[in-house]
Amino acid sequence: MRVYAYILIAALVSFLVRTLPLTLIRREIKSRFIRSFLFYVPYVTLAVMTFPAIVNATESPVAGVIALIVGIVMSYLGAGLFPVAVCCCLTVFIVEFFTK
Amino acid sequence: MQDNLSRSDTLRGLRDGLPIGLGYFAVAFSLGITAKSAGLSPFQGFIASFLNHASAGEYALFTLIGENAAFFEIALVIFITNMRYLLMSAALSQKLSPDAPMLHRVLVGFGITDEIFGLGIAEKGRLSVRYILTAFLLADIMWSSGTFCGIVAGNILPAAVVSALSVAIYGMFLAIIIPPARKNRVILALVAVSFALSLLFSAAPLLSDLSSGTKTMVLTIAISAAAALLFPVKDEKGGRA
Repeated sequence: MRVYAYILIAALVSFLVRTLPLTLIRREIKSRFIRSFLFYVPYVTLAVMTFPAIVNATESPVAGVIALIVGIVMSYLGAGLFPVAVCCCLTVFIVEFFTK
Repeated sequence: MQDNLSRSDTLRGLRDGLPIGLGYFAVAFSLGITAKSAGLSPFQGFIASFLNHASAGEYALFTLIGENAAFFEIALVIFITNMRYLLMSAALSQKLSPDAPMLHRVLVGFGITDEIFGLGIAEKGRLSVRYILTAFLLADIMWSSGTFCGIVAGNILPAAVVSALSVAIYGMFLAIIIPPARKNRVILALVAVSFALSLLFSAAPLLSDLSSGTKTMVLTIAISAAAALLFPVKDEKGGRA
């Protein structure tokens, strides 16, 4: 039951975040600080959540580190979300296969 | 005539929603593995994904459920991880007619994801509500099904495969943050600083006692606010996150 409460709270908050500006604000956000802050937020959030979590997610930390490097290099070279995700998985699978 | 137009908007929505949905399915599958380790049933995972449809937010949600976090913490973390949708929602409001009905505004808002927002902004002139909602609904069903399947298959798959799949979500995060970091030195520095402080917060005494959600929240607000003060974006850039 508690899980449903968690899910509903999350659903309600994300619903409000998505719909309130569309329904309330009809003009552009003027504050340069708020605009800049909102511009940077996604990059910081995702970076904080990626490292060091990726290293702890795998069975062997070494595999996680190598997957991180592979992911950064591939993304840097312009590969899309799906290829990068698949290659990170393959990297972990291969590294763990050979290090066990 | 009107009917023809609507039908072509539906078809366009399906056409553009399908590739997004395929990518979603794969990533949601790995998210399902996280959900499973937090103790969610396949049905709960489906519902959570259908209603939230946000990879970072749901990842945080499932982690926090696993940690038995407080309700207010869930609310705060979801607010922070989804805060970028405030800006996207504001941007999309400019693409609807000023007298668009409230129901349309609410539905378009509910359907905002990074990719669907991308489709919406790419539309010339006014946004077709039917087009964007068709694309969203198809993609969201595939996203929810992916989570469902990830939770079901987490039982069947060998440990080596689960371990490998658990990094898919991070691969996706990297593919979102690294390309802009290549073009923008401020973002590059922010990613590096975020990595470093995140490592510090997970390893240092006292700091490592914080839950992952609190850590994400504190670091996101502090680092983004500092960056906004030191490197305010030029007007056009701030419009898209």
